[in-house]
Amino acid sequence: MGQTISEKILSRASGRKGVSPGEIVKANVDILMVNDVTAPPAFEAFEQMGFKKVWDVDKVVVGLDHVVPACDIKSATLNKAVRDFVIKQGIKHFYDVGRGGICHQIMQEKGLVWPGMVLVGADSHTCTSGALGAFCVGVGQSDAAAVLGTGRLWFRVPDTFRFEVEGALKSPVMSKDLILQIIGQVGADGAVYKALEFAGPAFERMSIGERMTVANMSIEASAKTGIVEPDRKVSDYLKTRFNIQVPLVKSDKDAHFEKKWTLDASKVEPKVAVPFRVDNVKNVSEVEGTEVNQAFVGSCTNGRIEDLRMAAKIVDGRKVHERVRFIVAPASMEVYSQALSEGLLSKFIEADAIICGPSCAACPGMSNGILALGEVCISSSNRNFLSRMGHKDSKVYLASPATVAASAVKGKITDPRVFA
Amino acid sequence: MTKIVSKALKMGNDVDTDMIIPARYLMIMDESELASHVFEDMKPEFRKKFETNKIIVAGRNFGCGSSREHAPIALRKAGIKAIIAESYARIFYRNAINQGMIVLEAENVSNLVGDGDDIEVDLNTYEVVDLKKGIALPVREVPKFMTRILEAGGLVNYLRDHKDEW
Repeated sequence: MGQTISEKILSRASGRKGVSPGEIVKANVDILMVNDVTAPPAFEAFEQMGFKKVWDVDKVVVGLDHVVPACDIKSATLNKAVRDFVIKQGIKHFYDVGRGGICHQIMQEKGLVWPGMVLVGADSHTCTSGALGAFCVGVGQSDAAAVLGTGRLWFRVPDTFRFEVEGALKSPVMSKDLILQIIGQVGADGAVYKALEFAGPAFERMSIGERMTVANMSIEASAKTGIVEPDRKVSDYLKTRFNIQVPLVKSDKDAHFEKKWTLDASKVEPKVAVPFRVDNVKNVSEVEGTEVNQAFVGSCTNGRIEDLRMAAKIVDGRKVHERVRFIVAPASMEVYSQALSEGLLSKFIEADAIICGPSCAACPGMSNGILALGEVCISSSNRNFLSRMGHKDSKVYLASPATVAASAVKGKITDPRVFA
Repeated sequence: MTKIVSKALKMGNDVDTDMIIPARYLMIMDESELASHVFEDMKPEFRKKFETNKIIVAGRNFGCGSSREHAPIALRKAGIKAIIAESYARIFYRNAINQGMIVLEAENVSNLVGDGDDIEVDLNTYEVVDLKKGIALPVREVPKFMTRILEAGGLVNYLRDHKDEW
């Protein structure tokens, strides 16, 4: 019997010949990531556990992204505690304000993740890096502390759902629309404990950034991880940029998949996830005309250069509706810099959008872009839960950067194809 | 023999961690302060109810969404002793065990148990009984190493004393 990508990676990491779904294995972790929300309690737990030194200073990534620059004394104090720990321990991969960006984006941009790795991150969207063919799982602060001290963690080997996607997305339909459609089909609890595997011609056509959007939202179907089958594009990227050469771990032809889905990307329509559930997915046409107060392009889901290019193209030469605040937050300093050199930022500014510094920005509702009572936001982020972006009586509609930009211009939820 | 006996507090499917503790409180490190905000936006009345109903009975995918361990911490500190659900989001499940919170999976539990029913959880066997209805709930077995973490009161205590077993 062949093995899936997850089974192969967990076999290797646990020193076994093969593993089966449902088995619990103890595995060596290749890299650990924590952010400004999870690092302080993880570092505290690490010390309470009686550890003195982190297991490997080269294998720990610390990125500040949720509330940066600090917005109050509380966050400033926690950020400072993180910096102190990083210095004391000699942690190599530290991305402070102005040096990095969203932690998941950093993993890809700094060459910290590659096919076949086990990445553990104290953030639920750690699965984003599955776009590079790694096994990436989110954990909480205690598990992160355990890895910090030992480099090891237990895992239940997941069953796998495989998604074969044919065809090509028809611009301005984006990979966000595809993953929203998939979540709508699978359901918010449809993939509990499962690994998702994405493959097929539609994925081969996507950039790594577009793939990251899909892997990122696997968690919204409650999946354990989401992995895009790695290909030449991934190996070329790693080789050219970081001189990293590793084998591409793919599923065997006779691997067992609990379920297989086949989709045609060319039939995907612009989608919206309607509050307060990410699986409450509709075609944009069904909610078209809903007035919005805020539009947000950014987050680990859609704050990459591809996303900014698409949004800039739509607002180019137009003005954001007078009632709307259009917030754009590049996912990282690198994306920011690239957008600047491509002239995208001036297009946003001319359209009356505001550019925020690289961070999670409005997505988690922690420091900026917070919604007041009764306000509505159309957002390229990943969650539309009750009170996610602010007041409990505010609403977030999730959509692609194209739909967000089109809606920003019109002041109401709008199909981006009207600008195409 | 240690047993937990308390009233059930029923919840639905897909209770997410933003509901349990909104993100604006994630910079709080003090556990009691976190607990004071539990379910604040969705069901503020739960906080008071947790003082008498210390066992949550829920449907599918309890604890979905964000990886914030603040969620089981806030529940524990607000008085919750155990959760019985049909399924859990995996990060919440791990976090709860790591916080010493008893989390059990039982099929159809949200139909079998009524809100306010007296529930008994036997910590030696992880058996669950609805005392009002007089029925034992078939719960999924908890792996031995997880019960060891629970017995220690969470992962911090467990690893402090048992690094050799990790």
